[in-house]
Amino acid sequence: MSQQPNKLTPFFENLNFERDDNTMVINFGPQHPSAHGQLRLVLELDGEQVVKAYPDIGYLHRGIEKMAENMTYNEFLPTTDRLDYIASTANNYAYALAVEKLLGIEAPRRAQVIRTMLLELNRVISHLFFLATHALDVGAMSVFLYAFREREYAMDLMEDYCGARLTHSSVRIGGVPLDLPAGWLENLAAFCDKVDYEVEHTYEALLTENRIWKMRLENVGVISAEEALSWGCTGPMLRGSGVKYDIRKEEPYELYSELDFDIPVAETCDSYGRYRLYMEEMKQSTRIMRQLIPMYKKTEPRLMAHAPQYISAPKEEIMTQNYALMQHFVLVTQGMRPPKGEVYVPTESPKGELGFYIKSEGEPYAYRLKCRAPSFFHTGLLQEILVGTYIADVVTIIGTTNIVFGEVDR
Amino acid sequence: MRKYTPKDNVQGKSYYTDRFWVAPRVPREAVEEGSHFEAVVNALGSQVKESYIEVGQLVFHIDASENFAVIKTLRDECGYKQCSEQSAVDYLAQDGEFELFYQLLNHAEAKRVRVVCRIKKGEAIESIVPLFKSANFAEREMYDMFGIKVNNHPFLKRIIMPDDWEGHPLLKTYPLQGDEFASWYEVDKIFGKEYRDIIGPENRDPAKVDRYDTKRFSRVGYEVPFGADISEGEKEQAIKYSETILVNYNAGTKQLDERK
Repeated sequence: MSQQPNKLTPFFENLNFERDDNTMVINFGPQHPSAHGQLRLVLELDGEQVVKAYPDIGYLHRGIEKMAENMTYNEFLPTTDRLDYIASTANNYAYALAVEKLLGIEAPRRAQVIRTMLLELNRVISHLFFLATHALDVGAMSVFLYAFREREYAMDLMEDYCGARLTHSSVRIGGVPLDLPAGWLENLAAFCDKVDYEVEHTYEALLTENRIWKMRLENVGVISAEEALSWGCTGPMLRGSGVKYDIRKEEPYELYSELDFDIPVAETCDSYGRYRLYMEEMKQSTRIMRQLIPMYKKTEPRLMAHAPQYISAPKEEIMTQNYALMQHFVLVTQGMRPPKGEVYVPTESPKGELGFYIKSEGEPYAYRLKCRAPSFFHTGLLQEILVGTYIADVVTIIGTTNIVFGEVDR
Repeated sequence: MRKYTPKDNVQGKSYYTDRFWVAPRVPREAVEEGSHFEAVVNALGSQVKESYIEVGQLVFHIDASENFAVIKTLRDECGYKQCSEQSAVDYLAQDGEFELFYQLLNHAEAKRVRVVCRIKKGEAIESIVPLFKSANFAEREMYDMFGIKVNNHPFLKRIIMPDDWEGHPLLKTYPLQGDEFASWYEVDKIFGKEYRDIIGPENRDPAKVDRYDTKRFSRVGYEVPFGADISEGEKEQAIKYSETILVNYNAGTKQLDERK
C-alpha cells in the first residue's frame, strides 16, 4: 500500500520494517539520545550487523551561510556561536581570524594572549563534553557526572570573562571586547591544576584500564590513515589514525608558534586510541594555558587592533573625540567594507579543521561565506565505517566521531 | 517612481554606498620562483590559466572540463592528499556563471591550494568522489544549495534540505525569508494546499499581539470566554480584586507592617 504523506494521514516510516531480503531498516534518530543531536541514521541491518548506513542530516539547518550573505561582518559574529555550540569561542575565533586575514590586520598582543587562552579553555570544555557523552553512550554514567562537574568550572571561567556560558561571542573582529577580570588568571591556574588532577586521577583511573571500556572501544571504528585523509577527517579523527597534523603546529596562528606543546598521535586507529588522544590533548591544553599566564602580564593593555577604517576606536575615544564617533557611527550603521578578494583560513577547533572561506566583493555583506565544518565530513565518514559493525558499536562510533549538529547542518 | 530592485540578486544590500567608493583588492602576489607552489604550477603545465598567491595560498584558475585531471595530478604528483572543502559561488547575476572552488591540503608541506573554475548555468561538473571521498558530501551540498549537477556522483541527492524541496537556497535569486513554496511547505505537506486559508501564514514576529484573538491571548482585566468574538466590542467587566489581599508595594514597607 502506498502511503500519501499528507492530508493528516499518519506516515509511519518506521513501520515498513521488513523487506524480502530479510534485512531490517531502522531509523536511528533524529531524536535519539545517542545521536548527539539531530542525526537520522538509516541503518540496514542483517541480524545485528549493519549492512548499509545512510546518515541523513539537515534537521538543524538554519541557513547560517545564507544569513552571512545578509548580515554585516560584525552582525554575523554572534551567529557563529550556533555552529559548534559546545565550544563557541573556537567558531567566533575562526570567523574573526578569516575576516582579519581579509582585512590584513592583526590583533594586539594582549588580545592574542586572551584569545589563545579562551581557545584552549574551549578545547578543554569540548573535550570534557566529548568524554562525558561518549562515556554515557557506552554506559559509564559516573564519568558523565564527573566530567560535567569540571566542565561547569570551565564554563564559570567563561562566564566570568564574557558573561555567557554557552554562546560566548567572546572574540571580536580585530581583538577581544574585554580585558580579563581581576583574579581570573588565578582561577585559570587553579582550574588547570584541577583538570590535570581529574584527568589523571578520575577519568583515566576510571576508564583507561577499565575492562568494559576497553572491550567496547578497542578495535571499534577503525579508520586507516588513507581513509581518514580521503574522507576529509581532521583534528582528533585524523591524528587518531596516525597522521600527525595539527594546524596549530603546522600552520601556526595566534601565539601557537611561541608556545611549547606536543601533538599526541594514536597509532591504533580505533576508538580507544582516539579516547587516549582526547585525554592527552586536555593535558596539552592546560600546559598551553599555564604558559600563557605569565605572557599576559607582559603585554600592553590594548585589546582591539588599530584600523579605523574597519574597527571602531575604543569607547573612551568614541565618547571624547568627534572623528572616532563618526567612524563608529558609519561602522555600526553600514558595516565595515573589506577589500575585494577571497580567503580561506583554517583553524584547529576542538573537533578538527574549522575553516571559513569568505568571498568579498568590497561590500559590507560577504558575497559568499562557506563554513568548512569538521563534523560535516566526519558525518559523511559514518556511511563507510559503520558498515560491517554491530548495532551496539554504532553508538560508540558516533560518540567517537564527536559530531555536533550545529556545525553539520549549519 | 518606485525604486528599482534587481530581481537577480535579492540579498541584503548596504543602504548607502558612497558614489566614489572604489573597493581596494586583497593583494595578489606572483608565484615565487623555486617555491613549492611553482613546482605545483609547473606540474600542471598548460592546464593552469591563471595563478597567484592570495593570503598565503596558491589560487589557480582552470577549465571546468579539466577539473578531474587537475585534481588527480595534484593528488598523485604534488602530494595534496586531502580535499578540505568544495563549493560554489553564485555569479549568475553578473556573468551567468558559477564559480567553483576546491580547497586542497598538502600535509607534508603544510600548504594549501585553491582550484577555481567557472561553469555556465545548467552545465554539469565532473565529480571528484573517485579521488576524494570527502567530496561525496561536499558535492551533494553544492547540488542542494546551488542546483549544480555533478556527473558520476554515486548518490547525488539533496542533503540538507528535504528531498521534495523546490529551489536552491544559496542562489542569489532566493530570498533570505524563503519563497512562497518555503513559507507554505509544512502546511502543504501536512494538510494540503486547501488548508492555507484556514491556517494562515506563519507568524514570524515573536512580539506580535492580536488584541482580538481570544484563543491565544489572555485579556487581563477583561475576561471573555475562550474563542469569543470581540471584534464588535466587549462589555466592561473589570475584575474586582479583594482589597484586603492586594498589597500596594509602591507605598513602601509601612503598609506591610500594618497588615501584620
